[in-house]
Amino acid sequence: MNPRPFDYHSPKTVDEALALADRFGTDGKFLAGGQSLIPLMKLRIASPAHVIDLGRIVGLSYTRIDGEILAVGAMTKLRDLANSALVANECPALVQCAMHIADPLVRNMSTIGGNITHADPSNDMPAVMVATGAQLVATSSRGRRPIPAPEFFVDTFTTALRQGELLTEVRIPTGRNRLSAYVKLERQPGDFGVVGVAVVVELGPGDACSSCGIGLSGAGPKVIKAKRAESVLIGKKLDDAEIEKAALTAAEEAEPVGDLRGSSDYKRQMVRIMTIRAIKAAVKGAESV
Amino acid sequence: MEPRTLLLRFLRENLGLTGTHSGCETTSCGACTVLLDGKPVKSCTVLAAQADGRKVTTIEGIGSANEMDPIQTAFWEKHGLQCGFCTPGMVMTTFELLEGNPDPDEQQIRAALSGNLCRCTGYVNVVESVRYASKLRRKGTGKVPGERAKKGEPPRPPREIEGM
Repeated sequence: MNPRPFDYHSPKTVDEALALADRFGTDGKFLAGGQSLIPLMKLRIASPAHVIDLGRIVGLSYTRIDGEILAVGAMTKLRDLANSALVANECPALVQCAMHIADPLVRNMSTIGGNITHADPSNDMPAVMVATGAQLVATSSRGRRPIPAPEFFVDTFTTALRQGELLTEVRIPTGRNRLSAYVKLERQPGDFGVVGVAVVVELGPGDACSSCGIGLSGAGPKVIKAKRAESVLIGKKLDDAEIEKAALTAAEEAEPVGDLRGSSDYKRQMVRIMTIRAIKAAVKGAESV
Repeated sequence: MEPRTLLLRFLRENLGLTGTHSGCETTSCGACTVLLDGKPVKSCTVLAAQADGRKVTTIEGIGSANEMDPIQTAFWEKHGLQCGFCTPGMVMTTFELLEGNPDPDEQQIRAALSGNLCRCTGYVNVVESVRYASKLRRKGTGKVPGERAKKGEPPRPPREIEGM
């Protein structure tokens, strides 16, 4: 179907966009790449009266190092993330995630900000956000506030962004000793994942794991931070036995819902298997450097 | 034009460029692929308003029955189409692929085309066509004059379809 009629606005600056958002309140909706919003509007599941296109705002698309932080502008396209040597160096999980979202055509429009704020439980970026301990910077006409990833994802399609707030930047902690990976189980390319697992580990003296982040996508009503699985690995060397234990724990922490991509039991098993693969991929990535 | 007009609809209905096709209505199939500022996108999931001020290239801009682009020649010679419905989308994505990667391997071709679905061919001949297209382009050949040009007849505007 076609979307219902709406008024279209194309601000040139963040301030203009925020002023429009304040003016229209709940009748307004930001448009980033449109690869989630436009399909919803075509189905008439979403019919905002005012669409605020962020696509002409300069300065929201970038990747840069800010001290110990990889800062990514919210309008950075997934295609550019996937091709970024800087990001591949600083956070492999982010590149691997971007590469596996949808298909190349969609990735030419999709943005990291859109994937995060849409907060579909099957969206992939939220898993990387919770695993890396990212901060999501929300900007409004009243100022900026950084929101830690686990607090950002509140529920299915629901984030902590308040009315009038726009996600402008993603801030990911980096570090020489950080290893990361994102693995996704898809029935076919371009599909949403059955499940996806993001892993970030830091190895300390004796190759013992000093910190760990595990994010599960498609395994619950929202992205899941597998806290108990993370604590299984802390202080341990990442051998097969410990990885298996952590994976089993992650599978227990998952809350999968059965749907056309698999039953709840099947998805839970897949969480276990993909967690093993993600941890191994994170560690192996370091070995191939 | 209403703001809610999708780029696909604008191209087909407002501009009469019907080479770009509506295949699935669910952002899945890629039959609607056009180049937006040189990058292939699904025009069914872009508002025409988003494309305002930007460069849009459709299949009509690549080649036509009057003169086929090497990519079209390759799809013809290597039987990379059967019903042809997905083919403009395949050609548009292939065009951008070969601009950036003049000699892609099978893996790269399949990855680049993973957003373009085909229900007829099983993709094998599509991959062959892209390989052959890359060869034609690298050799600088493959622009084939269409039948009318060969007979010395004037070119036909792109929207007319023979026999319909």
